[in-house]
Amino acid sequence: MLGIALLVFREVLEAALIVSIVAAATRGVPRRGRYIGGGIALGAAGATLVAACAGVIEQAVGGAGQELFNAGVLLAAVLMIGWHVVWMSSHGRELAREMQSVGHAVKAGSSSLAMLLAVVALAVLREGSEVVLFLYGMAAGGAGTGDLVAGVPLGVLGGAAVGYALYFGLLRIPLRHFFSATNGMLVLLAAGLASTATRFLTQADWLPALGAQLWNSSAVLSNGSVLGQALHILVGYDAHPSGIQLVFYLSTVLLLVTGMRLAPRFAAQRPHPPPDAASRQAS
Amino acid sequence: MKTPFLPLALLTGIALPCMASGAMPEYALVIRNHAYQPATLQVPANTKFKLLVRNEDATPSEFESNDFNREQIVLPGTTTTVYVGPLDKGRYSFFDDFHRATGNGVLVAQ
Repeated sequence: MLGIALLVFREVLEAALIVSIVAAATRGVPRRGRYIGGGIALGAAGATLVAACAGVIEQAVGGAGQELFNAGVLLAAVLMIGWHVVWMSSHGRELAREMQSVGHAVKAGSSSLAMLLAVVALAVLREGSEVVLFLYGMAAGGAGTGDLVAGVPLGVLGGAAVGYALYFGLLRIPLRHFFSATNGMLVLLAAGLASTATRFLTQADWLPALGAQLWNSSAVLSNGSVLGQALHILVGYDAHPSGIQLVFYLSTVLLLVTGMRLAPRFAAQRPHPPPDAASRQAS
Repeated sequence: MKTPFLPLALLTGIALPCMASGAMPEYALVIRNHAYQPATLQVPANTKFKLLVRNEDATPSEFESNDFNREQIVLPGTTTTVYVGPLDKGRYSFFDDFHRATGNGVLVAQ
């Protein structure tokens, strides 16, 4: 039972940390609870589908389907997080300046809420499909119903509890710094996801490692420890990254920070927000 | 700002494997009764190699290593390919994430 609870906990933890950051980043946005809940539900349904189609995915693209699928999901999340932080840095500030109210700036975030919903769905989908396959194996392998009934909720609740703790911890950040902080966390989250994506691409031999192991800090903090795993999600920590991971990590940070710096300037040159942005705000 | 980057990165990702050479050492691992056979596998150090992991059980396994950063689900009755290395000399443990109690092994790179 403990083994089941532990695996479920670890997978749920990873998704829960991502959901918490997204939940914090959309603080004050109307109807965001429904969006996040919808993202989780969508992800869970997707996870079951992915698990059911695991054989097809595995065989795709000359046997590299699983790695490419994982990398694709991760890179899609990176793209959406990137879009959100760049968008927020231009329109959020613009609106805050015009309306002198943080509340309106927060509302502006709702237009990229759909993007963050997708990030939540993708996170749940990736971790969830592993849980589904694991539980299927456990059930088929003759694990007791009692073990499953006790282990799964224990793992889910444990992972969700850590996510909630992070969320409420983030809410303690003063409002003045709040969105800079959540944007910063989103940037590091995206960079870490990009780095993990390259790990899968190297595993499939689609990208060179550029140095299989740049350093080894597993004696201090191992990838397998719960803290190492949590930091892996939050800031992209890796005890022994490859060169290409570092390249993607740093490129993502650089591109997003540059985008966030430049976007407000472009926005300031325009007298009005573009019509598509306006219509998204209205919806 | 960020949009041209990913297509470019993906293009590189598609182009590079085409340039990779074919001759790469291969090593096989079998999962039977939720255990790895052999549990200790000798591999060359400082060389990239191909690991073929075959799952002979009726349930899914996950080949995983924190020491050499690999993670791959191995469905029942299938063989999956994982590229590893080049590794420095040393011992690198791996495990079956779905069967932590029984599925343990180590790569010895020398």
